[in-house]
Amino acid sequence: MTGPNGKDGEHRIGVYVCHCGSNIAGVVNVYEVAKWAQENLAHQGVVLAKEYKFMCSSLGQKLIEDDIRNEKLDRVVVAACSPHLHEKTFRGAAARGGLNPYLCEMASVREQVSWVTSDKDLATEKAKAMVSAAVARVRQHEPLEPIRVPINSSTLVVGGGIAGIQAALEIANSGFQVYLVEREPSIGGHMAQFDKTFPTLDCAACILTPRMSEVGMHSNIQLLTWSEVENVEGYLGNYTVTVRKKARYVDTSLCTGCGVCEQKCPKKVIDDQFEVGLGYRKAIYTPFEQAVPKFPVLDRENCIYFEKGTCKACEKFCAVGAIKLDDQDEVITLTVGNVILATGYDMFDARRIPRYGYGHLPNVFTSLEFERMCNAAGPTNGAIVLRDGKTPPKSVGIIHCVGSRDHKYNPYCSAICCMQSLKFAHLVKERTGADVYNFYIDMRTAAKDYDEFYQKVLEEGTNLIRGKVAEVVDGGLFDQKQGQLIIQVEDTLISKQRRIPVDMVLLAIGLEPRHDAASVAHQFGISCSATGWFTEKHPKLDPVATMTDGIFIAGCAAGPKDIPASVSQGSAAAARVISYIQQKELSLEPVRASIKAEQCSGCRICNGLCPFHAISFDEEKMVSEIHEALCQGCGTCVAACPAGAITGTGFTNQQVLAQIEGLLSVPFHPELSVPVAV
Amino acid sequence: MKYLFYPGCSLHSTSSAYLDSLYAIQEKLGFEFAEVEDWNCCGANEYVALHRIPAYALIARNLALAEQQQNGAQTLVAACSACYLNLAKTAKYMGTDKELNARVNDALAAGGMHYTPGSVEVRHILDLMCNKLGACKVKKLVERPLTGLRVAPYYGCMVLRPDPDKRWRDPESPTALEDLILATGAELVEFPLRTHCCSGHMPQINTETSMELIRRLVEGAVKSGADLLITTCPLCQLNIDGYQHEMNKYFKTNYAMPILFFTQLIGLAFGLSPESLGVGKEITSAAPALARIGVKVETEPAAHKRPPKEQGLPMPRMPEIYGEDL
Amino acid sequence: MVPSSPVPQNSIGKASPPPSTPPPQASILDFFRAISPGLPQIEFCIQCGSCGGSCPAATLLDHTPRRLFALIRAGEIEEVLQSNTPWYCVSCYFCMVRCPQEIHITDLMYGLKTLAYQRGYTHNNKATHLSTTFAGYIERNGRAFELGIASRHYLRHPPADLIETARMGAGMFFKGRLKLVPEKIKGVAQLQKILGRAKELETPL
Repeated sequence: MTGPNGKDGEHRIGVYVCHCGSNIAGVVNVYEVAKWAQENLAHQGVVLAKEYKFMCSSLGQKLIEDDIRNEKLDRVVVAACSPHLHEKTFRGAAARGGLNPYLCEMASVREQVSWVTSDKDLATEKAKAMVSAAVARVRQHEPLEPIRVPINSSTLVVGGGIAGIQAALEIANSGFQVYLVEREPSIGGHMAQFDKTFPTLDCAACILTPRMSEVGMHSNIQLLTWSEVENVEGYLGNYTVTVRKKARYVDTSLCTGCGVCEQKCPKKVIDDQFEVGLGYRKAIYTPFEQAVPKFPVLDRENCIYFEKGTCKACEKFCAVGAIKLDDQDEVITLTVGNVILATGYDMFDARRIPRYGYGHLPNVFTSLEFERMCNAAGPTNGAIVLRDGKTPPKSVGIIHCVGSRDHKYNPYCSAICCMQSLKFAHLVKERTGADVYNFYIDMRTAAKDYDEFYQKVLEEGTNLIRGKVAEVVDGGLFDQKQGQLIIQVEDTLISKQRRIPVDMVLLAIGLEPRHDAASVAHQFGISCSATGWFTEKHPKLDPVATMTDGIFIAGCAAGPKDIPASVSQGSAAAARVISYIQQKELSLEPVRASIKAEQCSGCRICNGLCPFHAISFDEEKMVSEIHEALCQGCGTCVAACPAGAITGTGFTNQQVLAQIEGLLSVPFHPELSVPVAV
Repeated sequence: MKYLFYPGCSLHSTSSAYLDSLYAIQEKLGFEFAEVEDWNCCGANEYVALHRIPAYALIARNLALAEQQQNGAQTLVAACSACYLNLAKTAKYMGTDKELNARVNDALAAGGMHYTPGSVEVRHILDLMCNKLGACKVKKLVERPLTGLRVAPYYGCMVLRPDPDKRWRDPESPTALEDLILATGAELVEFPLRTHCCSGHMPQINTETSMELIRRLVEGAVKSGADLLITTCPLCQLNIDGYQHEMNKYFKTNYAMPILFFTQLIGLAFGLSPESLGVGKEITSAAPALARIGVKVETEPAAHKRPPKEQGLPMPRMPEIYGEDL
Repeated sequence: MVPSSPVPQNSIGKASPPPSTPPPQASILDFFRAISPGLPQIEFCIQCGSCGGSCPAATLLDHTPRRLFALIRAGEIEEVLQSNTPWYCVSCYFCMVRCPQEIHITDLMYGLKTLAYQRGYTHNNKATHLSTTFAGYIERNGRAFELGIASRHYLRHPPADLIETARMGAGMFFKGRLKLVPEKIKGVAQLQKILGRAKELETPL
């Protein structure tokens, strides 16, 4: 409130009206507004009012800096674009000029004036009103200091797929501790299930397992597999995470990973997880041979011992006595500074589309099942065969867009299926020489080397039919061989309906968010989009951060993408985290809510309303308290408090009321002579 | 339960068996159908091909009559799939499209009538039996289980699609007739073409296509191992039954696949006489198939073999969806 | 194809109102919006071909439904009106339930039929005549009359196998499934008044 002269109420306010090229100046008479402010707002403390073409440019900013010093300004008003865009810029300029950055206020005369009307007189009048409002408000501003929080140097990475692995290695190699939590018995994620990866046709395991092994051996990475996050509390730099390590029934300090227990186990079950229902595993098992860590896990629900009390073959045969049948879940608490969520995706359930025959017709397989089939360590040792397990197909139909690009299932495109389907076409041709048909709507081969891959597949003589398949029926009903399949489709390029007999059908099923993505998001305080993927802070300019400071996302958890993109995002998230850690301390926006304890009646209405769980109740003092660092300044509690006991720093009642008074003090009559342009 | 009933033109002539059997079983099911007084033809798929507002007005007259005629709940039940869809679509569109509603009611007013959208609920008899009554209730009323009879369901199109009132969970994978077949004690034969089109009115327009579509259904049913098909639609029954001989001549085949209405099958399971249900009115006789009712016979292996389950790769897990609430 | 008659006549003898000026090509999408209940969303079509792939009558069509939509969007109304596609639609609704963009395809087909008929295009005489014959009985009696419809239709368009058709007819008759005399509702006059007024209110096509 006091000016630099020490006199109460006397301010020295500088007003800057930006042309923004022609964005503002094309509609608002910026010269008039500046002149008006200089003359009519002098009594409010305005000592100078200037206009400039681009206030956000370095020259424009320098204008503010120089004026603060030379003219001894104690408040600054910039009438320009939206604060969302340049509030930081002008606050930075003010700071460099020696003024507390929170004493700088913006009036949005672009988004709220020049971009919503073409009536020049009206626009100029409104701009004047908004400048007046900003000036009245900024007089009520107090200098504020950002809240500084220390950043714990440990990081939690949730999800041990390729994105999580990449992020963990980046951070660990920088010298900081990482906790990698993975819900399956081994890291590797979906990539470990694949056979070859496009476009290079690298063997997935060959490029993944060295990374997995590096993670397993890294001194800075603590691997917590067969574990899940139970609870998260805290704020940027200071998260307390509770992790449940599920009972493995194997003592990992003794286990050598020899695999005898798995060999001797008599109980064989269908492996729904890793083998996608196409192969078998034992009740005590490692998901695949190259699993990291190498320790097996006992599936309690399918174990004879837990069912009937007999067997215990694993215990009998274990040379080092590592089987621990009385194992319990262990709950541990971790303190970390940042979290990276790389939880991956689930596949679309092909049973939802009965007309493609999945589940009814034996020789219809999904893409993931086919990956397992092609994989040399899979249920058929890499042989491409029909459901009988031995006959190779003579013709294969590959159907694109199953469950994607369809308003009845998932409206989005799953990004990877076209390339995956072309890859399958290549593999089938290479290993069986069968006739291959790809049924597509559009061929999406957009990234580096992808279209070259498409050309290669074309060379091999794959039949490409542009048409979304209508149905797959059993040829046995139609004079074909029993078990053969008929694909009915409109070949749109020749505008004819075709019925094509094939031996085997592959469905390129789409990617979906994890079935529990919404609850995981809620747990970590981030949000999900309409289609269920984690929401990034900005889809173009900030794809790995979220609206919650300190929580980052990477990989397919944020939306369908291929392996190079997932790896890039893993590295990007890691880089952000490392930058935070290296700064050791970060500042948070001081725009926060605070409760006046004397006015608080203890009604606790605010406690449940806070979306960030920042308000707690002190039982002794019988008042509510806001945790400064958790509060994001949304203002919900400020509005809700019946006693008016909560104020928002930076949005006090005085400030807002002053703004309204300033707005209304300028008379203008909005009789629209032209319709408002939107 | 009292219902208003819209028979439609077919039930009074080509599909009189459907009407006979429906009336024969209604009492046992606890239904009481009252025919809409002086109902007129719904126009099938023919009238709406030529006109728009007049077509809706033609159908809306029936809705208006139903609105006036009270009989317990204001639910109008139709047995013919096309009639049902016409009535349901009109009722729905008049509710959502204000302009259509205004014009149609203006036309109705010329005849001194009016239909208030939302005042009549339109349902198909299959929907009523499965979703309102429930297959389990039907099972309890069965007196003579049709053990040993292999029955395949055939829905046709319009009862399941486009499903304007969202009565069915999954139009491509229905369970209604399957549940009813199991309720009667008959052996359910899974028929993959059960929702495929019978060719509708194509026999009058293009012989080649209609014969092919009919052949696919008949051949498919034979290869699936069924003794008998059951259906919900008069036109489906007419095409598969009436045209089967011509189809056989066209393709030089020798199939004899009888097709009855599902209400006839239920009636037989209720112990009613075949004559009272209109059994015998079908051209491709069901007598040989029905000769197996109540007689213990060794089930011959189905013509359509499934690959042996124990060898090779496991099949995906599929939920048991038929007979869920029996 | 030459339109069969300049002004469509209905069986009551009164001429339908003459076709109004066709809307300009650019508003053909607006036209479809006007005549189809609910959103036809024809502009949503991604040309995937699910409709053509599902259609039981596909082998007969000169244009698959998908191609018809592409023609409509390209403004080729003449070709669309001369197409036999809407007339061969069997109303199985497969296309409509499978369309990934949820376009009301079958309803649009009905709209196209009506448009073609009222503008005087009757490409496939057989299909159009079946409909007009049927409609004639409805307007005269209030109910359909299979024997009458079938005889009239077959007189105009002899069936492929006359013996088989006659055999089937006889079979149906002897099983009591074919009435010799048409049913007539009591409110025929009322129905005719309603339909007459409805024709005056028909959306201009």
